[in-house]
Amino acid sequence: MNRWLLRRAASAMGTFLLACTLLFFLMRLTPGDPLLRLSEDRPMSPEALANLRAHYGLDQPVTTQFVAFVGGVLRGDLGASIEHGGRPVVSLLRERLPASLLLGATTLLLNFSLGIAIGAWQARHAGRRSERWVDLAGLATASAPSFWVAIVLAWAFGTELRWFPVAFMYDPLLPADASPLAHVIDYLRHLVLPAATLTIVTVGVTARYQRATMLEALAMAPVRAARARGLTESRVRWRHAWPNALGPMLALFGLWLPIVVSGSVFVESVFAWPGLGTLAAEALASRDYPVLMGTAILIAATVVAASFFADLAHRWVDPRLRTT
Amino acid sequence: MTPLLEVRDLRVRITLPATTVTPVDGVSFSLNRGEMLALVGESGAGKSLTCLALLQLLPAAASLAAGSTALLDGQDILALKGEALRKIRGKRIAIVFQDAGASLNPVLTVGDQVRETVQAHLPVTRAEAEARAISLLGEMGLPEPATQYERYPHQLSGGMRQRVMLAIALAAEPELLIADEPTSALDVTVQAQILALIDRERRTRGLGVLLVSHDLGVVATRADRVAVLYAGQIVEEAPTRELFGAPSHPYTRGLLAAIPRLRGPFVATSPMPGSVPDPASWPSGCRFGPRCPERFARCDTTPEITRHAPGHAVRCWLSERAR
Repeated sequence: MNRWLLRRAASAMGTFLLACTLLFFLMRLTPGDPLLRLSEDRPMSPEALANLRAHYGLDQPVTTQFVAFVGGVLRGDLGASIEHGGRPVVSLLRERLPASLLLGATTLLLNFSLGIAIGAWQARHAGRRSERWVDLAGLATASAPSFWVAIVLAWAFGTELRWFPVAFMYDPLLPADASPLAHVIDYLRHLVLPAATLTIVTVGVTARYQRATMLEALAMAPVRAARARGLTESRVRWRHAWPNALGPMLALFGLWLPIVVSGSVFVESVFAWPGLGTLAAEALASRDYPVLMGTAILIAATVVAASFFADLAHRWVDPRLRTT
Repeated sequence: MTPLLEVRDLRVRITLPATTVTPVDGVSFSLNRGEMLALVGESGAGKSLTCLALLQLLPAAASLAAGSTALLDGQDILALKGEALRKIRGKRIAIVFQDAGASLNPVLTVGDQVRETVQAHLPVTRAEAEARAISLLGEMGLPEPATQYERYPHQLSGGMRQRVMLAIALAAEPELLIADEPTSALDVTVQAQILALIDRERRTRGLGVLLVSHDLGVVATRADRVAVLYAGQIVEEAPTRELFGAPSHPYTRGLLAAIPRLRGPFVATSPMPGSVPDPASWPSGCRFGPRCPERFARCDTTPEITRHAPGHAVRCWLSERAR
């Protein structure tokens, strides 16, 4: 177990460093110069530009920059933002992370509870007419572009019905001395539309996964044997079939987990949600490389960590994997 | 006395894209308490489907044809549904499958799987069910049952797993045990031990046993009666001694000739040519006709199963001619 853990952790670390390397060189390949963009409306003297370049280390050879970059990442230093007056990228990320965590965790919770319930229902009634419609609906919502769903929901439930706010994470006009309950309700009301959007565009995939893995598990010999010994149908399904369907679901959970960190660039932008997604979108527009890199690295780290923990959880669920 | 189980005219249909086949085609037999009936036949004869049909565990593509009945103490168990069916499964009729490794759930401990079966059918607390599970594992010959209780199926040997399956099967004290090739995946010494365990339950508790096997040698020493299945139909049924001593159906004789002898002068075994025909293309007339060494003109018409001695029934024109 411990040797497996060490090997798996080492491979996760390697994957992460590889991702950082790719990100670094990809970013260097993109056209555009942040310093020139900053000085567009106020032309700077070549000396001032050269000074700034030297300040950010952009006059160094690419290899030197790369070594400095990797060293920084490992120390937890992602450099300074160009757009945000030289603020450390890490502090910007830290500021935006809670909003994304709130949205992402809500989405993930809704996604998995609904997706598993829908998929299990589909597996139970596979082939029925109503089940085929649900399947089609899942496919349709999963292929709908998230920004489009966001705009439709914002229009319908925001501007038309006026049920939910369509922007920001809280009402800036709510008095600070309002009751804590009022604040919580305010947050939840703002959460509804972005979380609903992200859930709608992802839940179909989860349900389809659950349907397929559950159908496979239900066809297994142990499930027939469980039925043969007179266990109740719900016990047969949830105690005998479901754990055997869990492996692929855990892998899928690992794939969705980055949503928790980054939200979705599109959805956060539409709803002006102050998370990492909007930060990345702003950074992209202003060619703020360090910030863009920072968000990308954070997402890469989440993906790697998520798949690591998904594997760990899979071992916990399936005792056969523990012996290796 | 009503028999424990009386199966009448059991038919299983499978709907294929192009056609419908009937791999179990009118099987009838009865079984008394404390009796062991062996159901013997080659692969494809319909043995496993017969077992699954009795507990309504058929795969989705297969279904029971109308008119099939299986009376357990006079009650038709093929008509049961939902909770009534659940209360029969495991409680009155238990089943052991061929491959215990595949039938045990890999993600649950073996003890849990015994305990849940006890709890599903008997009014006991969890602790009582656990104690009963451990004692059952012990009775089935697992050393240190309390330790084995905590183990997962992949940590046990094939023979141990089949003992666990037996413990599960006997957890709620069933009246009838269906054993579908319970020993085919095991080596010979373990085979004998498992059969001895089943036999012990039969003798001590009056458990009725339907033992399914492709191997006449396995059933010879244990079964009271043998029914030989060929192409979805019983072709011969007789008390074990009589079947071995005076087999009437050419197919039974062929099966017996294929068993290697341990005593007496060496006789080469003679495997039967050909194999069980596919249910989609069963021959007309006698289904064994094309493989039969004693075929004659009348075999083009379908023979019925007829009794020609007490307890001895045969589906063959030859036995009619002999009378």
